[in-house]
Parts: sequence; structure tokens; C-alpha cells
Amino acid sequence: MKESHIMKIHYGTALAAVGLVAVHILMRLTQGFAQSLEYESVIANYRFLPYAGLLEIILILLSIHGFNGLRVILLELKQGRRYEKAVSYGCVAGMIGLIGYGTRTIVMTNMGMI
Amino acid sequence: MAHVSDLAEEKTTSVLSSSKIVTLRIARYNPNVDSTTKFAEYKVPVEKWTTVLDVILDVKKHFDHSIAVRYSCRQATCGSCGMIINGRPRLACFTKVSELDSDVITVQPMHNFPIIRDLAVKFERLFESHQKIKPYIIREDTEPALDTRDILQTPEELEEFIQFSNCIKCGLCNSACPTMATDSSFVGPQALAQAYRYVADSRDNGKNSRLKIIDDSHGIWRCHFAGSCSQVCPKGVDPAMGIQLLRGYMLGFS
Ligand code: SF4
Ligand code: FES
Repeated sequence: MKESHIMKIHYGTALAAVGLVAVHILMRLTQGFAQSLEYESVIANYRFLPYAGLLEIILILLSIHGFNGLRVILLELKQGRRYEKAVSYGCVAGMIGLIGYGTRTIVMTNMGMI
Repeated sequence: MAHVSDLAEEKTTSVLSSSKIVTLRIARYNPNVDSTTKFAEYKVPVEKWTTVLDVILDVKKHFDHSIAVRYSCRQATCGSCGMIINGRPRLACFTKVSELDSDVITVQPMHNFPIIRDLAVKFERLFESHQKIKPYIIREDTEPALDTRDILQTPEELEEFIQFSNCIKCGLCNSACPTMATDSSFVGPQALAQAYRYVADSRDNGKNSRLKIIDDSHGIWRCHFAGSCSQVCPKGVDPAMGIQLLRGYMLGFS
């Protein structure tokens, strides 16, 4: 993949995440902050499908943006073909792993399995 | 510590009418012999108009011929005399001692360049990167046709790139760049600014091939827009702006 395509995705995910995280924070503010962190309240959010969808999208956006950011930092830290390949594949694996684990949590909570 | 006015047998004009004595600290390092850099100190008389290069050459003439320093034009044109002067990348021939506002002048080789000896550094990486971006006009009809004679440009078209043509390849921007310090494969602000210079030239048709070259994991996207390149350029080139404008092309804004 071309670096410019990766960076377009990087900037795009950042912009989208800023918008959605703002919605997420505003929704927290509809309740008292402490109350919004109570167990029942958190579970209720996960069970509400549109909100669970919002959390899933934020998870995907931040995972892509974060792991690409990490890749960029690591590529600047050290150079070398094998190292760079390991960093790139490692970051993609980390990103998929995090999205997979987070999705599992969201889906299981939404379906009442937790 | 040595003193030029005490030792110099051949008195120069500057010695006779000196108005001030400054201390010149020169970084001495030979990678083949030394394990660390040491600073040699010299007391040197200066005038209002004395440049840092004049001071170094004075010391070289009267105290130590072995000091390695690269220079040629002495008028900020050849780009040879870049060095770190009191912590900042500057051209030694273009920096007057009086403008430094200090009685101590510390000169070191440019950062982010391998040292040959003392103040002389290797330019291979800069020249390779510069060459890589194809620093020339690319078009099918290299020779203008007889009836057209010249490839004309409007003043507006010229304005798009003219400041970038002032680059003298001194390497001060690469020396100031934080990404150059950590990424040994980064193409660098000098080459990126020159890529913009040709991409923005209305006579050039090589935009796509050039953008392809810099669209690399160690290319244009590794610039963090620290802006230090533009701060130190002695020729008024703004590499940081060139890089952002190039990014605009790559993101499809222009
Ligand atoms: S852009 Fe400026 S600082 Fe960089 S090499 Fe050219 S003249 Fe020197
Ligand atoms: S000696 Fe040529 S730029 Fe300084």
C-alpha cells in the first residue's frame, strides 16, 4: 500500500474519531459523570444497539490510527529492512488483535452474555 | 590558551585595528584517531565586519594549519561553510561575529552529517537524496521549437517556485531537522523542497514520477512540521512550506 494512502486513512480516522469521541463524551454528560461510570449505566449503554455501534466504530478508528502512529514512531526510531517489515506486520497484527478483542467485548455485552 | 595578536608575526589589518577580542572554541575530532570531540580555544581579535569564517581562517593561518574546514566563495553562494555556530546551524561566511552577541564563539560540525574531520562533513546523503528527486525540468520537448523560442511563464507561475530556486545545497536545513536525526533513510527537507520546486514549475511534466519517489515510508510523510529547516535557511527558502504544499498535491488539494 502506498504511504500516501496509509496517511490519508491516518488523517481520516483521526478526524472521524474526534467527531465520534465528542459525541461519546457529550452522551456521558447527559448524566452526572460519576453516575455514567456506574456498572448498570455502562452495561445499559452496551446493550443499547446504536451506542454499541458507536463504540465499535470508535474502537476501529482509534485502533487503525493508533497502530499506524506506533508504526511511524517505530520506523523513525530504527531502520533496516527486516526491522521495518517486522514493525509493519506487527502493527497490523496488533491492530487486528485489539479490534477483535474489543469487538468481542462489545458483542458479548450487547447480547447479554456478560 | 593561544592569542593571535601575541603570536602572529605576519600582522593582518584586523590585528592592527582590532576593536574586540573573542574566544573561538573549535570542535576537534578525527574519527580515525579520536574517541571523543575536544574543543580547542583561541583568543582572536575581531572587527565589526569580521565573519566567523574569517576568525576560523585567522586561527588556521596563525595557530593550527590542521583545522579542517570547508569553504569556497565566502559570500553565501557555494553552500560549503555550513556549521553549528553557538548552537545553531549557520553559514560561517554569512555570520558576523558582531551579530552573535557573545564573546565566546563555539563552532561544531553540522548535525546529522557524518564527520570527515573537525568542521568538515560528508555530503553524500544530501547529494544522493537531491539527485533522487530528479532536480531538473522533465518534458518531452527538451529543445524549444524554432517558432516558440522559449517556454514562457507568467509572473504568477514563476512566483509559485522561485524562492525554492535560491537553494545553495548548504545542508543547514537537514542539519536542523529532527527527523533527520533519528531516521537515517529520511529524504530530508532540502530534497523535498527541491521536489516542490520542480513539481510547481509550470514547464515541468515530471510531477507524477517525482511524487512517486517521495511517497515512501521514509519520504515526505515523515516530516513533523517542526519548521526548524525554514528557521535556519540562509537563503530565505521555506522548505517546511514546500513540504506542506507538496503534501497538498499528494492529498489531492491542488
Ligand atoms: S533549503 Fe536553505 S538551508 Fe536547505 S540546503 Fe537549501 S539553502 Fe541550505
Ligand atoms: S564559503 Fe561559500 S557559502 Fe560560505
